Amino acid sequence: MGARIQIPREARRGDVIEIRILIQHPMETGYRHDDVGHLIKRNVINVLYCRYNGVEVFRADLSSGISANPYVQFYTVAEASGEFEFTWIDDEGEQGLERQSIVVKG
Amino acid sequence: MKRRDFLAGAAGAFALPGAALAQVDPLDPLVWVVTNGAPVRKGKVTLVLPQLADNGNSVPIRITVDSPMTAADHVKSIHLYSERNPVRNMANFYLGPRAGRAEVNSRVRLAGSQRVTAVAKLSDGSFWYDAASIVVTLSACLDES
Repeated sequence: MGARIQIPREARRGDVIEIRILIQHPMETGYRHDDVGHLIKRNVINVLYCRYNGVEVFRADLSSGISANPYVQFYTVAEASGEFEFTWIDDEGEQGLERQSIVVKG
Repeated sequence: MKRRDFLAGAAGAFALPGAALAQVDPLDPLVWVVTNGAPVRKGKVTLVLPQLADNGNSVPIRITVDSPMTAADHVKSIHLYSERNPVRNMANFYLGPRAGRAEVNSRVRLAGSQRVTAVAKLSDGSFWYDAASIVVTLSACLDES
């Protein structure tokens, strides 16, 4: 499961920065049928975490009510240089992990 | 009559009467889980949805809450509810004082024209909501249709 993450590479301390994440995932609702009439099993990303230098700054519980290839945009305050860690888990227990670093000046 | 005027009028006629419905039922079990029966007042939260969506599979949504986002006064969580989706609690977002700005954007699936409600929990324990109505011409598929 890949993901595209956009955060600024650099920020000044105290700035509010925008974080955008787009995860490649079908977000299968469990209400659809395949070509031969079998119900397709539900498989959605349940939970998405964003940790900033190890501290959770954002969490989302998602459901089948979120579009395929879920997109979430949120904000956080740039406090120190370091790393953002994004993790998510779907119904089949598959986990995704992406990391992105940021340089904070001032 | 110009085509543009006709379309504008038609969209208005089909719009749901949002103001008449604009009330969160505090006894709704889904809301109760979050509020524990506390009153949910209208205000502070702004929910932005397009008025009309051609396709319910991906509808952009923006929720902003009027909050300074300080350690003493911040938004703890935002809960999204749909009227007609099979899973009515579409998403919960958990923020904190480190968010800096109380805003979340995403894209939702909507099974038909309906009213979407966002409930925000603030750090002082109060609950606020906003609702928006949307007309969905092609709903997110529940079956083969």
